[in-house]
Amino acid sequence: MTTEIFRNIFRFIVLILLQVLIIQNINLSGYIILLPYVLAIIILPFETNRLIVLFASFLLGVCIDYFYNSSGLHAAACTILGFSRYYVLKYVAPREGYDIGVKPIIDDMGLEWFIRYAGTLIIIHHFFLFYLEIFRFSDFFSTLLRVILSSLGTFGFIYLIQFLLFSNKRRA
Amino acid sequence: MKNLLAFVVKHNFIFIFLVLQVLCILLMVNRNGYQGSHVINSSNEVVANVYQTAANTREYFALKQENDRLAIENAALRNLLKSNYSAIPLAEYKKNDTLYKQQYSYVAAKVVNSSVNKRRNFLTLNIGSNMGISRDMAVMTSNGIVGIVTDVSNNFSTVMSLLHKDVRVNCQLKRDGSYGPLIWDGKDYRYCLLTDIPTHAKIGKGDTVITSELSGIFPEGIIVGTIESFERRINESFYTATVLLSANLKKVNHVYVIKNKHKGERDSLETKTQKQIDD
Repeated sequence: MTTEIFRNIFRFIVLILLQVLIIQNINLSGYIILLPYVLAIIILPFETNRLIVLFASFLLGVCIDYFYNSSGLHAAACTILGFSRYYVLKYVAPREGYDIGVKPIIDDMGLEWFIRYAGTLIIIHHFFLFYLEIFRFSDFFSTLLRVILSSLGTFGFIYLIQFLLFSNKRRA
Repeated sequence: MKNLLAFVVKHNFIFIFLVLQVLCILLMVNRNGYQGSHVINSSNEVVANVYQTAANTREYFALKQENDRLAIENAALRNLLKSNYSAIPLAEYKKNDTLYKQQYSYVAAKVVNSSVNKRRNFLTLNIGSNMGISRDMAVMTSNGIVGIVTDVSNNFSTVMSLLHKDVRVNCQLKRDGSYGPLIWDGKDYRYCLLTDIPTHAKIGKGDTVITSELSGIFPEGIIVGTIESFERRINESFYTATVLLSANLKKVNHVYVIKNKHKGERDSLETKTQKQIDD
């Protein structure tokens, strides 16, 4: 249990550094912004207390804000993410509930489940992030395009990261 | 009261969420464009040191281009050397000395962090108030303008780049001096928009755009870029021109911060006049 907590904290820090030192510099287009740091919240274990998830999301957002020079923006979007995670998990739960010991990753839950779960959360996060960032409705559709394309990009990136982090368990 | 408390405790998840959300929104609203000082920014020492380490590593990869650029600049400066000019009898020019007073001075700085892919892009520089940097100073490279200083800590400063949704720098056409604000539409980091150019202005593709004294921040005549295309939008009586920025904001490494010695005086005078008009 303790190792699991430390593993999550370590992952949290690594994802922040990955985001601000490397991914921040990847410039595909103005419409595709990769934000895979949300993975830190998405793959917290199922049984994590929802209040801890909420505070962890807020903290993650504030850390990213410090590096991105965007006071409060990422914190707001992440807090919404942490809040909605509880309801999304309820909504996508299998009929017999979640088994003890499984994690919300592709290897344990299957790709289809992960697309529904992580996809929803990423779209929620990106939607609030980009609309709060622009803070006006005049660019409604171009912002919507950014939300959609960035969500696809982030999901793709998270998919790849999962293969790197967890691939050796099942297949070995 | 007891019922209310019980209600709050029962729904503590939602209430804590709302409190955090209000906190975030307060942080966001407080920043208020580039006038307000930001509570959370990357001139914070810890964050800036992380960026400094990353930038030191990254600098090695750009050494070649940077050397080339510096060599070109050196050559240009060498052309200005005194030995290149034939001497003019000193007596003739002595009187003119009092006509010129240095208004702008330049401080070299290194960029430790920058971005081009957000709607609000910033740069972090490795000099701060210890080098006399303060808010609203202009920042340029040898190729063109880069942005405006927004926040300063002891050893670092953050710069709002031209690629920021709130930035408005007054620029003019070099050819006939018509001016308008330069803004960024968020689409491409290489292009900005020069708006409000009157339709009688002589404007053409490839025209040079330079800074205007009207901006109050940049010295007049620093190159901004060249006009890529221009159009008159429906229902507007002005031209909007797309400007290809001459500074490559994605690869900016070494910059100059411009100190304006008269800025304080000019600002206080203008504020005073504005106040008299308002009263």
